[in-house]
Amino acid sequence: MARTPADLVGAQPDPPFPVTFDGRTVTALHGQSVAAALWGAGILAWRTTRNGGRPRGAFCGIGQCYDCLATINGEPNRRACLVPARPGDAITTQEGHGRAGLGV
Amino acid sequence: MPDSVSEFQESHGLYDLAVIGAGSAGLAGAVAAAELGLSVALLDTSTHTGGQFYRHPAPAVGAVRPEALHHDWSAYSDLRRRLAESEVRHLPGHHVWSVTRGEEDGDFWAVHAVTGADGDGERPVRVRARAVLLATGAYERQLPFPGWTLPGVVGAGGAQAMLKSGLVLPGRKVVVAGSGPLLLAVASSLAAAGARVPAVVEASGYLRYARHPRALVTNPHKAVEALTHGAALLRHRVRVRVRSAVTEVHGTDRVEAVTVTRLDRDWRPVRGTGRRIECDALAVGHGLVPQIELATALGCTTRSLPDGTRALALDDLQGTSVRGLWAAGEAGGVGGVQLAYTEGELAGVAIAAQVLGSPVHGGRVRELKRRRGRMRAFADAMATVHAPGPGWPRWLRDDTDVCRCEEVTAGRIHEAVEDLGARDARTVKLLTRAGMGWCQGRMCGAAVACLASRGGTAEPPLERRPFATPVPLAALAALDAPVVDEPRDPS
Repeated sequence: MARTPADLVGAQPDPPFPVTFDGRTVTALHGQSVAAALWGAGILAWRTTRNGGRPRGAFCGIGQCYDCLATINGEPNRRACLVPARPGDAITTQEGHGRAGLGV
Repeated sequence: MPDSVSEFQESHGLYDLAVIGAGSAGLAGAVAAAELGLSVALLDTSTHTGGQFYRHPAPAVGAVRPEALHHDWSAYSDLRRRLAESEVRHLPGHHVWSVTRGEEDGDFWAVHAVTGADGDGERPVRVRARAVLLATGAYERQLPFPGWTLPGVVGAGGAQAMLKSGLVLPGRKVVVAGSGPLLLAVASSLAAAGARVPAVVEASGYLRYARHPRALVTNPHKAVEALTHGAALLRHRVRVRVRSAVTEVHGTDRVEAVTVTRLDRDWRPVRGTGRRIECDALAVGHGLVPQIELATALGCTTRSLPDGTRALALDDLQGTSVRGLWAAGEAGGVGGVQLAYTEGELAGVAIAAQVLGSPVHGGRVRELKRRRGRMRAFADAMATVHAPGPGWPRWLRDDTDVCRCEEVTAGRIHEAVEDLGARDARTVKLLTRAGMGWCQGRMCGAAVACLASRGGTAEPPLERRPFATPVPLAALAALDAPVVDEPRDPS
């Protein structure tokens, strides 16, 4: 029985690269979405809700639910399950609607 | 191709056909139409073709056996090869937000899209075409329960999608729950990829398929699929519990365990039967919802399906009620990948005949129609077997979030219905903001409609959204001067 998803499909990926999540270094693979890279590092939540401040991460996985919104390189409201991870990306927990800097 | 068609194209910069969605149905339709001589644009949000069913890792991941996570990979490989050999213009990373009738003279459609990984508005694009094939697929239906917003609870299809494309799992020990045959496929994929799956929890019962003998006998491939998944689950020692549901998730910051409760025939939890199962993730889904907002915005007629969702009403050649607008695959009712191929090809052939002004006939069309009828019958049986029972709202507590985006609880919806007189999902939305957030009711629509019906027959949500995907204001401001993607000069 295969032990990991990568074993199962015989993945021979390009060398992994670092991104950061709230300042902590996380390893991602070329071709993975930001959400997949975070799941791969055991991180399931990267947003807090506007009203209750509750943690959320990827739910539908296909760009429909908008629960996985993240701030990526300073830009809020990116759907992490669709956006590919790129070397050096700075992913930060998105609080509320992600526009705190604008005061709206 | 007749001269008149090429001349028309040259003078108007029109494609003969714009296909929206590059999954199984859209690919089959685009390739079939292009092979009959039409100029075709194929738009899709993803960077790869294949849709949700054939989601696969990006080339950089170097998966030498992507087929290990798929059934019938050869059918997809074949379509992908035909696409590469065709003149179809593939437009990946295009998020279509609206389809409108051409505003100038002539009978054509304008397909409006924004580009970028998640449609963040790199640039607006307009594609003009004489016919449009909607192959927009479906998304997962969710029913809420206490704890379903906790990190570690993910859509069953979502877990499958993240595994297929990102090669990641939501946890090491994953309970799979909900209703529908997708659960078996998800559980066997997760187990094959190294997760422990303590249980598959199915709210309905598979024996109910026995009430649809004709649909079973005429679709033997479905029985083979079920046996394949069943054997895989046995091999991985996965237990399947029928007539049961996850009625609560435990944990503070993430999933630590779930409670599985037996259900009566109306899906009411049976008191005192709750059992706790330790796990670090829950993959849950209650079937699929056809994604049809582009069509309903244009006034296409819909039909109600036996599972309480709504799909497009289509004629025997895949035409919608609006001339020039066609649909194939899950948008016409959820029926699986083979039905999607069949309908896609049928639509492609029918559209080519209409554009070229030739009649639709021949043995191939008859055979496609026969296959479609047979598989649609199975899809109806499947929808009947897995339709949510009226008792599921008994899972809810007053503080359970129903609308994930706006954090609207069951208690507030109950208040809108009982005290303020709301009788439908739209009124509940206006009173509580349920369904008014980012996802525009995609996640809570089915549940809110059911709660608004107060235990009666829920009217399915209308799937009316003026924008099929959020559009930056800058993209709307640039509507006067979008990049217009036109077919290449046929000479």
